[in-house]
Amino acid sequence: MPSSSSPCSQLTAPTHALPAPFDSASCTLITQGAEALLYRTSFLSHSSTSSSSAGNCALKHRPSKPYRHAVLDKRLTRARILAEARVLVRCRREGVPVPAVLGLDWEEGWVALEWVEGVTVRRGVDEFVDKGRGEEGEEGLEDRKKEREATLRDLMIRIGRAVGRLHAIDVVHGDLTTSNLMLRPPSSSSGVVRQSGSTSPDASVPITTLAGDIVLIDFGLAAQNALDEDKAVDLYVLERAFGSTHPYAEKFLDSMLAGYGDSYKGARVVLRRLEDVRMRGRKKSMLG
Amino acid sequence: MPIAIGLEGSANKLGVGIIHQPTPFTPSVNNPTPPPSPPSKSSHASPPARILANLRHTYVSPPGSGFLPKDTAQHHRRWVVRLVKQAMKQAGVTVEDVDCICFTKGPGMGAPLQSVAVAARMLSLLWDKELVGVNHCVGHIEMGREITGAQNPVVLYVSGGNTQIIAYSAQRYRIFGEALDIAIGNCLDRFARTLRISNDPAPGYNIEQLAKRGRHLLDLPYAVKGMDVSFSGILASVDVLAGQLGSLRADSGDVVTPEDLCFSLQETVFAMLVEITERAMAHVGAAQVLIVGGVGCNERLQHMMAVMAAERGGSVFATDERFCIDNGIMIAHAGLLAWRMGFRTELEGSTCTQRFRTDEVLINWRD
Repeated sequence: MPSSSSPCSQLTAPTHALPAPFDSASCTLITQGAEALLYRTSFLSHSSTSSSSAGNCALKHRPSKPYRHAVLDKRLTRARILAEARVLVRCRREGVPVPAVLGLDWEEGWVALEWVEGVTVRRGVDEFVDKGRGEEGEEGLEDRKKEREATLRDLMIRIGRAVGRLHAIDVVHGDLTTSNLMLRPPSSSSGVVRQSGSTSPDASVPITTLAGDIVLIDFGLAAQNALDEDKAVDLYVLERAFGSTHPYAEKFLDSMLAGYGDSYKGARVVLRRLEDVRMRGRKKSMLG
Repeated sequence: MPIAIGLEGSANKLGVGIIHQPTPFTPSVNNPTPPPSPPSKSSHASPPARILANLRHTYVSPPGSGFLPKDTAQHHRRWVVRLVKQAMKQAGVTVEDVDCICFTKGPGMGAPLQSVAVAARMLSLLWDKELVGVNHCVGHIEMGREITGAQNPVVLYVSGGNTQIIAYSAQRYRIFGEALDIAIGNCLDRFARTLRISNDPAPGYNIEQLAKRGRHLLDLPYAVKGMDVSFSGILASVDVLAGQLGSLRADSGDVVTPEDLCFSLQETVFAMLVEITERAMAHVGAAQVLIVGGVGCNERLQHMMAVMAAERGGSVFATDERFCIDNGIMIAHAGLLAWRMGFRTELEGSTCTQRFRTDEVLINWRD
């Protein structure tokens, strides 16, 4: 498949052929989940010939699953591609920061999305905090520590607001983790194009700032017409994700919830519901 | 050479098993003080366990009905002494050879569990042997690992009462996903009641045979949420379709048969199970799957799982009905593993419980 320098070299070569009009020469595998393969490629543009850019498009391919009945497989692939695209289109129309849908084919099982520049919040926060640790012992430590904390708090507020804008239109994400939040640099159209994606391990440039817009990605488990309960569970999942992947950032969660609480009219009610959801902890005791 | 007898009766099967785990094993570093036998079994270093006896007697209810707790408990009480005697005879062991009495503490149906716990207590007092209360789910997992040799698989545990996706981490069997309402086996059993299919040898087995002759796939709800699944809505839908049998036609115009309904139900619910298993494998980075529990006998499920695993470059491990379906040997095996680490259940604490999560048990015999 792709050249050895691509991020794909870390992954096993995909066994699934790419659907037309895409081909392996123009697509770079970014990540492989249980459901879908994510490639970076070009779509309706000529940038594939340019060496500076790897493409403007994130191609999400849901290959058919040979273990299930062909009729069921078609039905599920179609329903999931359409559901994801519909949610994204609606979010876009309502001004929620998500990638645009460029095109799709439910028969072939793909959807082409706008490529989002930047890094995942997961990587951004990790590197930012690591860098902070490296500075320990230097002069002006207290001031810098305060500065770093303020930067993290500011990021958490922006995350809360982004989730709030999503919930304001009664959409829930369904899988809010820090890997599904992108940090898009302030002027990403110009400037350096950075390799992106949660799995991209080539940390060419260390993260020194957490500036940028929060963009929500991967709406494979999203749902519309969400109730307060669903929104509270969405927040609970995000809290837990922070707790397990960024324990040091956990103390700033109140900033995330504060940003969320001010973001739309019904937010306070959802925050109260969140307290109930937290109390439940593990959701059910097993039945014999 | 420790020998344990295991008593299982959490549902409609009464099982008595006698197991022998050979002694030479590598001592564990983490657990220095387990009395009285040598410590630990390092998962792959020890020689395989020997099954001395594995007997089962099943309470079968008439077609159209399920097994009720009261009748099932009565069945277990009626058969337990006979089965223990027979197992001891078949194993060729004497009372002196037995080191501990293992019994299912839960989860399961209350009344049947209690009947078997009383029997275990009686044996403990009569023979002056120590008791070990065992988690039924852990019994399935450990027996599956022992029989198949799977090292560190993602476990799909599917039975009449349980539907769980499990992976081992830090001395616990952690539940990654589960059924949010009824268990997969319960869904199949109840549909068998709707169609008034025989419960002998098992309703799920008879559905599987009918499904082999099904030709049309009908639309049923598909309820996967992350790594969790839900079956009650599917059961309600297929029940409605069953009520329309005779007048119902497939897209092709053919009359829909009960076989088509069994086929559609199996294809839908098994696709859900394989999907969440694949998600769990991707999540923890595992290549092996182990299927345990009564529904794990289903060859269509095993086949679908094998296709999925092959696509991921992995493999599937499954056992046959002797070990998939509830049995006493798995309780003896898991109980003896715990006993060798020093775990005991006092007579006063030898209760049972309908709710007993898989992740509550400390798995200190694994690294």
